[in-house]
Amino acid sequence: MHRWGLRLVGLSYLLVVLAAPVGLVFYRAFEHGLGPAWDAVTTPEAKHAFYLTVLIAAIAVPANTIFGVICALAIVRQRFPGKGVMNALVDLPLALSPVVVGLAFLLLYARTGWFGSWLTDHGIQVVFALPGMILVTIFVSLPFVVREVVPVLREIGTEQEQAAATLGASGWQTFRRVTFPAIRWAIAYGVVLTTARALGEFGAVSVISGHIVGKTETLTLHVEAQYQQFDYTGAYAASVVLAMIAIATLVAMTLFKPKEEVR
Amino acid sequence: MGTIVAWILIRDRFPGQGVVNAIIDLPFALPTIVAGLTLLALYGPKGPVGVNIAFSRTAILLALLFVTLPFVIRTVQPVLLELDREMEEAAASLGAGPIRTFRHIIFPNLFPAILSGVALAFARAIGEFGSVVLISGNLPFKTEVASVYIFGRIESGDPASAAAVSVLILVITFVVLLGIGALRRWATRHDRA
Amino acid sequence: MAIVARSITKRFGEFIALDDASIEVPSGSLTALLGPSGSGKSTLLRVIAGLERPESGTVELDGVDVTRLVPQKRGVGFVFQHYAAFKHMTVRENVAFGLKVRKRPRPEIRGRVDELLELVQIAGWADHYPAQLSGGQRQRMALARALAVEPKVLLLDEPFGALDARVRKDLRAWLRRLHDEMHVTTIFVTHDQEEAMELADQIVLMNQGRIEQAGGPRELYEEPANEFVMGFVGPVNRFGESYVRPHDLELLSDANGHTTPGKIERVIHLGFEVRVELLLEDGRDMWAQVTRDEAERLELAPGGSVHVRPRRTKVFEPA
Repeated sequence: MHRWGLRLVGLSYLLVVLAAPVGLVFYRAFEHGLGPAWDAVTTPEAKHAFYLTVLIAAIAVPANTIFGVICALAIVRQRFPGKGVMNALVDLPLALSPVVVGLAFLLLYARTGWFGSWLTDHGIQVVFALPGMILVTIFVSLPFVVREVVPVLREIGTEQEQAAATLGASGWQTFRRVTFPAIRWAIAYGVVLTTARALGEFGAVSVISGHIVGKTETLTLHVEAQYQQFDYTGAYAASVVLAMIAIATLVAMTLFKPKEEVR
Repeated sequence: MGTIVAWILIRDRFPGQGVVNAIIDLPFALPTIVAGLTLLALYGPKGPVGVNIAFSRTAILLALLFVTLPFVIRTVQPVLLELDREMEEAAASLGAGPIRTFRHIIFPNLFPAILSGVALAFARAIGEFGSVVLISGNLPFKTEVASVYIFGRIESGDPASAAAVSVLILVITFVVLLGIGALRRWATRHDRA
Repeated sequence: MAIVARSITKRFGEFIALDDASIEVPSGSLTALLGPSGSGKSTLLRVIAGLERPESGTVELDGVDVTRLVPQKRGVGFVFQHYAAFKHMTVRENVAFGLKVRKRPRPEIRGRVDELLELVQIAGWADHYPAQLSGGQRQRMALARALAVEPKVLLLDEPFGALDARVRKDLRAWLRRLHDEMHVTTIFVTHDQEEAMELADQIVLMNQGRIEQAGGPRELYEEPANEFVMGFVGPVNRFGESYVRPHDLELLSDANGHTTPGKIERVIHLGFEVRVELLLEDGRDMWAQVTRDEAERLELAPGGSVHVRPRRTKVFEPA
């Protein structure tokens, strides 16, 4: 009896907060038919925004993956002073507001910023340009691979790696043949999370991009821009693209999800 | 709510449970701006439900509920899964009914996990920007959250104020997280003793 | 309190855990449910406690049918193999739990808890957490916790299974003494026949959900009802259609009409007793148990030959 009560409460909550709003995005995008929606999503600005989003992700995700694995190995397998601090720092992007992140990078790299003057002297434009957006995206999507790999590394322990060493395997061989196969699903899951974050980043990119349409506008910024210009179909259509990516991400997450299952 | 959802996902069995479990992660996967847009579409003006909470504090609350939904659920689930059922059986054999068992046996063991989820949710909520910026209307003194204010200050070319407010919310976040951390350490003292 | 379980059947999906099992436990006795893994002994115990509901059959406590009654109301004390300690509570709070549920006045609770902690000899640990106690101490705490509410029957599910051999032996003796003092009807589950033989007034031997035999330790050893019982309760050799205990295999230097010749494969000296592994003329192998003196007298050595005569055999009719 109280079982049904709990179910009702839990599931209605999810419906109101989660499911219904997303369902509506699809409805609104195609409200006026497939044609207008398609048109809205294939304007030059929209196409460029999509391209830019993918480009940024294509740089940020591999960078964070490689860094993440190295960082995880260092945290779990090595001892060095300041390890605890590094561990906490890795989690920092999760606790910071994206706007604050954008602000920090702005202050650092703008013309009047700490690094800014040096960079401007060398003709490198960071803020209000692609490099800044990439940097910021790398920052906010940094923790995921590390956080997924660290517990797995801890759990498998060093015994297998030690066995490989006694059998004559070098460091790289051990990694390739023993460590990597054990952590590859954790990495996959981390990559999915990283990609989702990189593609969906809004606040930090918004601050650092300068909103230059056709140059520094990602798909998420495009959604906001269209909405502010009352191009609702455009905003919803672009949202649908992002929502479909999100659903694909969810599917990938479910497939790669580490051990804890719903029985 | 997070605890309740975690409970029905672990302790209960119903069709579609797998799907429900998967969509819990939607707020992680969906860009915040899209989240804000969808909430606006549903519960704002011209929304099919007939409710209009745009430009209100309720709207902000709803957006924050959306983005923080997964946190407590995901921290509680593994703990609930591992919970020693025999403790509950022992309590029953000693005469405790279900409510008493929940209050004195199950909940104290879930509490640290709930706290972890709360800490994560708090940090996320206090800095949330994308989902709030459309639906709140950003009315100063009424519906303008810190992140939106900071954004406004940057756009107005006043990074100093922006930085000041940023530092303030960082300090608040830090203090709250420290507090939750301490509470969590107290609640798990029996493990370390 | 006397316990009667009649025709209990319990299924878990396709698996039949209990198959029309019935037992009777006299009031004040110490009964062992003995059997291999999967024999249903824990399940039967849990059915008696009310932690499992049988598909059919009844459970009576002192003549009252409690089959539909929840565990809270049965007045049973249950001790788990892995202690089921409330890890977030101190030892004192653990033991006091049942009394708090019954809303006893605080001074009474305090007094009773102190008394019990003294009884199980962990009084100094009252304000510690279970994580700080050793396995043996935790189990004694679990026992104190179960006894606190003065249960009419004490049920123990492989209580010493998680402890190491030395602690197990100590706690065994201690449990017997406790029982002799308190006279609470007690049922415990074990897969260790030595433990059952040492402690119990009555042993109920189970196999695959059925009761093979119930009786005193001596009865099961001397008068086993079938091969399974005989083989479980002690070592056994097969001698044609009959079964012989190794210590009932007499070894002689010379033939004697009723003997069978055999060759000694190995002689293993285990302190006082000596184990002699034999290969009989007709190809069967078996082993005999003799004392050290006998081994010396017969000059038993590998490769030697002896003559074997079974002293007491048992033959079982197909049921």
